[in-house]
Amino acid sequence: MPDHDPPRSSVPESRNVPKKRTRLSLVWFIPILAAVVGAWVAVTRVLSEGPTITIVMKSAEGLEAGKTKIHYNGVDIGTISKIELSTDHQRVILTAQMAPKTEEFLVKDTKFWVVRPRISGANVTGLGTLISGAYIGVEIGSSQEERRVFVALETPPVITGDIPGRFFTLKTPDLGSLDTGTPIYFRRLQVGQVASYALDKDGKDLTVKAFVQAPYDQYVNPNTRFWHASGIDVSLSASGLTVQTQSVLSILIGGIAFETAATEPILQPAEENAVFTLYSNRTEAFNPPPRNPQTYVLNFKESVRGLTVGAPVEFHGIPIGEVADVRAQIDLKTFEFSVPVTIRLDPTRLGVRVVDRSAGMDLETMRRKLIDSLTAHGARAQLATGNFLTGATYVSIDFFPGAPPATVDWSQNPPQIPTTPGKFQATEATVENIIKKLDQVPFQEIGDDLQKAIAQLNTTLVSAQGTLTSARGTLDNTSALTEPNSSQVQQIGSTLQEVSRAARSLRVLADYLERHPEALLRGKTGDAK
Amino acid sequence: MSATGVTAMQQGLQSCEGCGLLSRPEPGEQEGRCPRCDQKLEFRKPDSFQRTWAFLIAAAVCYIPANVLPVLTTTTAAGAESDTILQGVVLLWSPTGWPLSIIVLVASIMIPSAKILALGYLLITTQRGSVANNEQRIRMYRMVEFIGRWSMVDVFVDTFTAALIQLQPLMSVEPGPGLIFFAAVVVFTMLAVESFDPRLIWDSISSQEADSKEVTYA
Repeated sequence: MPDHDPPRSSVPESRNVPKKRTRLSLVWFIPILAAVVGAWVAVTRVLSEGPTITIVMKSAEGLEAGKTKIHYNGVDIGTISKIELSTDHQRVILTAQMAPKTEEFLVKDTKFWVVRPRISGANVTGLGTLISGAYIGVEIGSSQEERRVFVALETPPVITGDIPGRFFTLKTPDLGSLDTGTPIYFRRLQVGQVASYALDKDGKDLTVKAFVQAPYDQYVNPNTRFWHASGIDVSLSASGLTVQTQSVLSILIGGIAFETAATEPILQPAEENAVFTLYSNRTEAFNPPPRNPQTYVLNFKESVRGLTVGAPVEFHGIPIGEVADVRAQIDLKTFEFSVPVTIRLDPTRLGVRVVDRSAGMDLETMRRKLIDSLTAHGARAQLATGNFLTGATYVSIDFFPGAPPATVDWSQNPPQIPTTPGKFQATEATVENIIKKLDQVPFQEIGDDLQKAIAQLNTTLVSAQGTLTSARGTLDNTSALTEPNSSQVQQIGSTLQEVSRAARSLRVLADYLERHPEALLRGKTGDAK
Repeated sequence: MSATGVTAMQQGLQSCEGCGLLSRPEPGEQEGRCPRCDQKLEFRKPDSFQRTWAFLIAAAVCYIPANVLPVLTTTTAAGAESDTILQGVVLLWSPTGWPLSIIVLVASIMIPSAKILALGYLLITTQRGSVANNEQRIRMYRMVEFIGRWSMVDVFVDTFTAALIQLQPLMSVEPGPGLIFFAAVVVFTMLAVESFDPRLIWDSISSQEADSKEVTYA
């Protein structure tokens, strides 16, 4: 009934409750609150976002945008947010959202690498990544220079910067079985690891970065020797068979050992990144080839058979160098044949130390003076046989006071050290002399005389034969006489019987005479008695 | 449905929403109490536009963090991972799982935004006194009102998941801050729908047609 008003009387009036009215409803508080909360969340979000960095690497294998984390000491400090290829498609560019307050980590020498499961000879690392997937490892640098773009390491560093210790640089011509992570031993105790290695630019040597943990790094001083402790080092020497090994592990995977010779003076620990030579074994380490060697030439007139490159050069039996080169030389005018032998000498092995530096003499002058004075006192080089079994020859420098005077010509390069015929050559000469003398002996005449004497002897012997035959006849006769059945023997037997009877009669007579001595006078009385 | 007719308000009458009693406010007054059941009486919902706007703006404000912040943090042995709603949609999108992905997309992103837009449209057109498409608009309002109660499904799924998947240390799921904002969006849109008085849609028609009384309302 829209058109007609309901009767006013029938509709009761409602009670009026006066109310204060506001133009603006309190409900507006709600969107304001929502906006404030939203803004607050947004602000904290922005504040909680750290810097964005870029990491360049070769392969993003195992990495996932939005999932792969950046871990430092196991703490999540960032997430890879984007993975894309570089414009030349050669590299992978990772964009990472770092956690707040990581700005100070992101400096010039901070290093990033991918941690994947890695099984090398020495250790197994990153096993956790088998389940969790690869992650990015960080080593925080100490530089002050901030940086946002990094190039990732291809192999994770073995040693992270927070381990106290020192790095040393080892130079070696041969890497052997070394690898990153190869253990370093000091008195068979593992004290460090190989951190990295690289071939030098000239391709001649390898530079190995070795890390020795504190407190063992203090045992590395400038006189310390490092050597390859890989495998087993067997040497046969005058003292017998020597077998040198480090641990069983090092036999399998190689290793580096270092030691300072007990005789060396105790020095201050070596500086960080000090350079050492990595010797191939312990023997070489403590008996190294000449350092800073000087080259000289020895001109031998004799055969140098048995002298090989590397043969030792000894002074009074002390090795001071080695043979560097052996070659023949012929003078076409005189047809004089000579063998110039190039040697490398380490004069410092002679115990000559530079003590006179203040006198203004440099090392070279000192060395020349030393060689000159040695030569003046009769020092000569000669060949000597080191091993009679193998015929190995070495160069011996010794004093020969009777040697003809000689000087070293320093104008030549390399200078020549005077030589003297070797001991073996001298012996040879003596033997030759003896042979010459033997040659002079008139063997022919002696032989002729001997021939004559022998002929005479022959005739003598023939006559002797005759004599012997007659002697034999005589002996035969004698033997016939002495045969048991011979008449002579029988005669002798009967004769002897006769003699025996005669003797018995004589005894009877004697007995009778003893009892009857008077019978001698009166004669035998017969039975009258 | 006829668009014309005399409304209770035009006749100066108020209907009690509690007991249905028709009453007339005291002269000069807009509001009062039902003489029978003491229910609050009003011609139209008080401050309807203002309150709806407030809730709508609050919902719109909350809608941004709800989509930007992660709603779910999944911690597995592989590490923690936070996903926003949109990331979840992308995550679910696979040759076999795409229907689920679409459900999440519709329920969590399209419907809340559609509700906000629809309410905004209703408010603007109604405040301008538009008379066009009234029937469409009231249908839209009913749809928004109906869907509102289902919008909480997302929040429920999240909270259930978080409560059920607690397999420490293998895996655990925790609600993220975005979920709170998402819940706030749902609540604010429902409140906005609740504060909106659909009768206002028709008032402009009535005032045009009736053209008789000066009707004032806040």
